[in-house]
Amino acid sequence: MKKALVFAILMAVMAVAVVGAQTVTITYWQYFYESKVKLMDELIKMFEQQNPGIKVEQVTFPYESYNQKVAASIPAGEGPDVINLFYGWLPMYVKAGYLQELPPNEFNKAFFEKNYYNFVAESVEFNGKYYSAPTAVRTLALIWNKKLFKEAGLDPEKPPKTLDELAAYARKLSKYDGQGNLVQAGLAMQPTGQGHNWIREILFRQFVNTPYSKDYRKVTYADDKGIAAFRWYTDLIVKDKVGYPNFATDDVTAFRSGKAAMNIDGSFRIATLNAIKDLEWGAAELPSHNGIKSNYASYWTHAIVAGVSGKKLEASVKFLKFITSPEVQELWLQKVGELPANPSLAVKYKDNPVYAPFFNGLAYAHASQFVDEAGQRTILVDAVDKVWLKKVDPAIALREAAAAEQKLIDEFWKK
Amino acid sequence: MTLKARKTITAYAFLAIPLVFFLTVRFGPMLYMLAMSFTNWSLMRKIPAFVGFSNYAKVLSDPVFMQSLWNTARYAVFGAPLVIVISFLIALMLDTIPKGKGAFRLIYVLPYITPVVAVSWVWRWMYQPPPIGIINGILGALGLPAGEFLNSTTQALPSILVVNVWVELGYCTTIFLAGLQTIPREMIEAAQIDGANGRQILGKITIPLLNPVILFLTVMEGIQFLRIFTQVYNMSMQAMGGPLNSTKSAALYIYQKAFMYFEMAQAAAASLILFVIIMSITLLQLRFFDRKLSY
Amino acid sequence: MEMEIRTTSVRRKAKTSLTVKAAYILLVLLSVIMIFPFVWMLLSSLKDATQIFKLRFFPEAPTLENYRYILSGSSKFPQWFKNSVIVALCTTASVLFFDSLVGYALAKFSFQGKKLIFLLIVSTLMIPTEMLVIPWYAMARAMKWVNTYWGIMFPGMISAFGVFLMRQFMQTLPDDLIDAARVDGMGELRIFLTIVLPLVRPALATLAIFNFIGNWNAFLWPLIAASKPKMFTLPVGLANFSGEAGSDWHYIMTGAAVAMAPLIVVFLLFQKQIVRGIAMTGLKG
Repeated sequence: MKKALVFAILMAVMAVAVVGAQTVTITYWQYFYESKVKLMDELIKMFEQQNPGIKVEQVTFPYESYNQKVAASIPAGEGPDVINLFYGWLPMYVKAGYLQELPPNEFNKAFFEKNYYNFVAESVEFNGKYYSAPTAVRTLALIWNKKLFKEAGLDPEKPPKTLDELAAYARKLSKYDGQGNLVQAGLAMQPTGQGHNWIREILFRQFVNTPYSKDYRKVTYADDKGIAAFRWYTDLIVKDKVGYPNFATDDVTAFRSGKAAMNIDGSFRIATLNAIKDLEWGAAELPSHNGIKSNYASYWTHAIVAGVSGKKLEASVKFLKFITSPEVQELWLQKVGELPANPSLAVKYKDNPVYAPFFNGLAYAHASQFVDEAGQRTILVDAVDKVWLKKVDPAIALREAAAAEQKLIDEFWKK
Repeated sequence: MTLKARKTITAYAFLAIPLVFFLTVRFGPMLYMLAMSFTNWSLMRKIPAFVGFSNYAKVLSDPVFMQSLWNTARYAVFGAPLVIVISFLIALMLDTIPKGKGAFRLIYVLPYITPVVAVSWVWRWMYQPPPIGIINGILGALGLPAGEFLNSTTQALPSILVVNVWVELGYCTTIFLAGLQTIPREMIEAAQIDGANGRQILGKITIPLLNPVILFLTVMEGIQFLRIFTQVYNMSMQAMGGPLNSTKSAALYIYQKAFMYFEMAQAAAASLILFVIIMSITLLQLRFFDRKLSY
Repeated sequence: MEMEIRTTSVRRKAKTSLTVKAAYILLVLLSVIMIFPFVWMLLSSLKDATQIFKLRFFPEAPTLENYRYILSGSSKFPQWFKNSVIVALCTTASVLFFDSLVGYALAKFSFQGKKLIFLLIVSTLMIPTEMLVIPWYAMARAMKWVNTYWGIMFPGMISAFGVFLMRQFMQTLPDDLIDAARVDGMGELRIFLTIVLPLVRPALATLAIFNFIGNWNAFLWPLIAASKPKMFTLPVGLANFSGEAGSDWHYIMTGAAVAMAPLIVVFLLFQKQIVRGIAMTGLKG
């Protein structure tokens, strides 16, 4: 009797051990954005059902501290297996040895050229190796508040199509109080939001300047044309006073609360805006200038952390393939509002009233190849602050910015 | 065992665990950072190499670091005396009133006991420009021009400093008030009978007797302001210490060097520089007040 | 002579009542300035997402919806609250024991290296935490403390400030009681626990309060020590409400209000002990 009991317990323990040994748990990190996190929870459930031996744990962090969290954790060996990161951080992370090359037999040049937009393929590749794959991409569009348009006597269904129209509309839509303080921004001016991207990849080009060399190692935006573009931007703040940085806390808060009539924002904002009742808004392609259209495309992408091996690596690759699959890309669009990174999927939405403006932007979008997104963003933000807060001439501010950015880029590649 | 021996062993026994703690949690890591400051360790690089003083050179030649030191100096030089003087005056007033001391003290200490993060966000909310900030709302109702506060390179640091002063007032007032209440009434009355006026009593009796308290608070508040971090982090856009580095404290600079730019070795060098500065100032203060204590 | 004293005291009384009146007025004005942010925070917490941006003092339609959201399971607030409580209580208990132990040793015993040890401990107050977080993280990771309460707590288990406070305080204790107990044959630890500690209760209360508060407020280390949101402490969680999706000011204000509440309760309960303790410190410092 006793022997049988012992045997039974042994069997049970072994069974648990065997089953336990067969279950691989991998961790996935992403930053906290409600719609993304919720969707990822659902996707994980789906994935686990399809792959019984694998468990995925999602861990999220506040946006501000996400990069810092990663920086502290990975070298200490406490990082995840699969990580979601902003494409702009790829150069830094690859250089630091944080990420490992994706299996080259599947994730190679041909694969990327077939399944992804050009700007994706270009920016995930380093020295011929491919380090990450995204689910979705985003572009910028002009969003406007239809109710405020009506109040200002503008046709709510006719957003501005050129930069000149944009400026004119912004002036009409701005309101001031008795003391001359701005109480309604015609156009939210927030370099720390998407403003710096709008300047960098769109405005410069629209004033017929090429901001960087093709490999993004040389800064070329501080010529006369670039300065003209920059001056156009800062004039909106300083001369026309249609908005200023941090008005109503930030551009998103301003637009959400109806304190800004227009904003330049990304497709990731769609779900957030749709959730606000009583907000009638529309999205349109970014205004053109000199007949030139441009857009900034960006994406958050998934990668596998260096050092992951064996069963965990297998599981991670499977998970990565799952979350970049066409089905998931479609779901992502519905639930999060970011466009599929696969051109053949995205094309289905080219006539969708909400997504069309963002989609159309993809065709002529550029994805800046940052070496240090935070640092390069700060340089432009500071340049605008110099003009707006310290009355520095835009030409001087931009030249200083170009020099600072060039120095930053040079130092990165030197190491 | 002699009493002396037993006492010595007891002392060491009591100190054993705490000393190990301080060594492993404070000194050990500091030595680690000291060592690291002479290497090129960065989170972006796996194996560090010795680079001598180049990190210190880099940090000291970084205009942003110098700006942060300048900001930190201003936080301390304006903040600490302000807190101490104002709280002393408040304590004096509280001492004179017959009723309500407890209630007032409770109100003044309120800011101190609340989480700094929470308080920073409340003030940030109040400092917002029109049309959503309440301070500007009140200014506007009074017909005054709006203040730029956190959006100005000149007003931002004072705006944050005011918040820290507001927070620390209660703490210092409580301590001063307690100190005042220990001054023997007879001494003051005797002086009054001798014809001394209020100011003389203050200068010749009260302040000298409160010297230990003043010293304690000066050291504490000095260090507090020199290390200021959380308020700056939570009250500047994207925690950058802006606009244009005008609010960046040395502590925030170090944090950014480590966690935004991943330059651990430079961050270590900067921390050590800050440490030396804080240490020197504190020692100077101790020396200065020590001399005044004898009477 | 007597006449002189009487007139002086009458004059003094008249002057004093004017001073007192002026003091009251100033103190009340100051109270308004001190309290106003809290009042505004509370009023803001009663406004919903639309009302929050209308600059009215009182909410048009006050609502408790923000509180409902914050305190419900949909936000992680209750979890963060619990974490903060656990971390603060545990570290405070540890600090109370160890800091007084060290303070006692430094105050009532003479031995080689006493001054050096005291100086060393106090000097740690000047080491900025910001500089220690990376080595701490490496340590926590090596010992598998990440995402545990211990991982968040360990740097705060003994506090140099508390040592400073307790030493100052204990220096004023009469030696006779302790010596008498020794003569009676009591063990050192028992002397500490049963005789010394009760004598320093006011200082312990002060230390407990200030340590609890300091711990509750801690921001940087908990941010790094807890990688999973369910392990966040309150301050770290509060920062969550403002991010890429704009600032939810109504939630931030509500969160701030909820974060404050326990501390106010703590202070209300213990204010007498605090003041008494500080008074003694003021004398000895």
